[in-house]
Amino acid sequence: MRLDWEIAKRGWRRYAAYPWATAAGVFTNTVFGFLQAYILLALFEHRSDVGGYDAADTVTYVWLAQALIMTVYIFGWQELALRIRDGSIATDLSRPLDPQRYWLAFDLGRAPYHFVFRGLLPFLVGGLVFELHYPTPLDLAAFIASVTLAVVVSLGFRFLYNSSAFWLLDIRGVMTVAITVNLFLSGMVMPISFFPDWLRTVAHALPFAAILQTPVDVWLGKHDGWGLAGVLALQVFWAFLLLGLGRLTLRAGTRRLEVQGG
Amino acid sequence: MVEPFVLWRRLVGAQIRSQLQYRASFVLDLAGSFLISFVDFLAVLVIFHNVPRLGEWSVEEVAFLYALSSISFAVTDLAIGHLDQFPQKIRDGNFDILLVRPRGSLYQVIASDFQLRRLGKAAQGLLVLGYALAALHVDWDPGRVAMLVVMIPAGVVLFSSVWVIGACLSFWTTDGGEFTNAFTYGGAFMAQYPIDIYGTWLRRFLCYIVPLGFVCYFPALYILDKRDPLGLPRFLEFSSPFVALLAALVAGTIWRGAVRHYRSAGG
Repeated sequence: MRLDWEIAKRGWRRYAAYPWATAAGVFTNTVFGFLQAYILLALFEHRSDVGGYDAADTVTYVWLAQALIMTVYIFGWQELALRIRDGSIATDLSRPLDPQRYWLAFDLGRAPYHFVFRGLLPFLVGGLVFELHYPTPLDLAAFIASVTLAVVVSLGFRFLYNSSAFWLLDIRGVMTVAITVNLFLSGMVMPISFFPDWLRTVAHALPFAAILQTPVDVWLGKHDGWGLAGVLALQVFWAFLLLGLGRLTLRAGTRRLEVQGG
Repeated sequence: MVEPFVLWRRLVGAQIRSQLQYRASFVLDLAGSFLISFVDFLAVLVIFHNVPRLGEWSVEEVAFLYALSSISFAVTDLAIGHLDQFPQKIRDGNFDILLVRPRGSLYQVIASDFQLRRLGKAAQGLLVLGYALAALHVDWDPGRVAMLVVMIPAGVVLFSSVWVIGACLSFWTTDGGEFTNAFTYGGAFMAQYPIDIYGTWLRRFLCYIVPLGFVCYFPALYILDKRDPLGLPRFLEFSSPFVALLAALVAGTIWRGAVRHYRSAGG
């Protein structure tokens, strides 16, 4: 546990080292937030409800999505894949801590940094300009739990597609497909509630919704009582499933790992 | 006058040949770039699943804007998208090498890379354009055809100018490169939708200060024979090429000024 904590601290520090990159990211997220907020508000010109969201819910969704985009790391991540390709994974495997646990600890240190420094500011700007929905204390507590679980599910997914490097070496193609599917089915580009019925059913049956849409809906108070417990339990289920699959892939990959040169 | 183009063709030709060496990897990248750019169009379709019109615009009309913004942006990205990595050149001191060669520094930076795989993005835009034109029944006359032919290069020049000005930022801050993303990727996203739906201040900023409203919105009003929901003067519909030239001049001036004040990090 002590070791995990130390690794997590390094995850935080790695990103804290580039304050200008953080400032630039905040600016970009804010610009995208405004654009998407105005586009989606135009849907409410002639109606007051779209898929169970009112205008305030929708704008809140937009700013939460921008706030969480880095925290749950929707975009490409290939640190593990690069270590597999250049053979550094051999060193990692000989450490007393397995690579999955290492990256999980590292990511749980990185995520709070991005949450605070990339997430809060755009959300505050959004809150100054638009009327947003704010959660009850219970929903806020559930939201924080849900975001934490979302980070674990996301890392589980990223670890899994990175492991394909054991077989493919270059994962760019796999990663593009993974990002595309994740962007759309997590609800990052459009709220899942706006999807046609059949697509919504598909999206809710897959783990990607647990990466973004679930925490957002928890904030918006769309779940309560057992329903709330249910969606959090589903996130736990996806976290275990993806981490478990990642572990199996890592084991299979390790068996066929061949490090060139040295 | 012709020499820079000949040289550019040789430099870019070499890039393309080297990228085609790894055929399978190239095809995968191409498909990937096609696929990922499709997500934005899915968003448009999801919107119109819920409402018949977005402001004053139908799905075919938004598809038209979307396609033209995507094509212009994809061509820009193809030719100069590697400006995203420009801060690296400043940080590791490699920019200095360009300054001692007998060609303009911006010219060399632009000619130094050409990512053919980004054609995938342009293909996606062309596909959507095909759909929009088939569904729209535009009343084609020579003026409208000319506008369609002119607006894409004008859009490319506009996007490129914004990108170059953004890259100039890295002469002062090397890890703030993402500021530029707000205007390049953000600008392309903005131009995919009709600008009359944006808040007034945002619209003024993105249309007149960063003149990206001229990429699609104004020329599209003319081609689609649409009354401007904003009620702006009609000459704006014809001004894209001039605004593009002006933007290019400004970008060139800023670049030259930035290079003049450039102090190498050494190395």
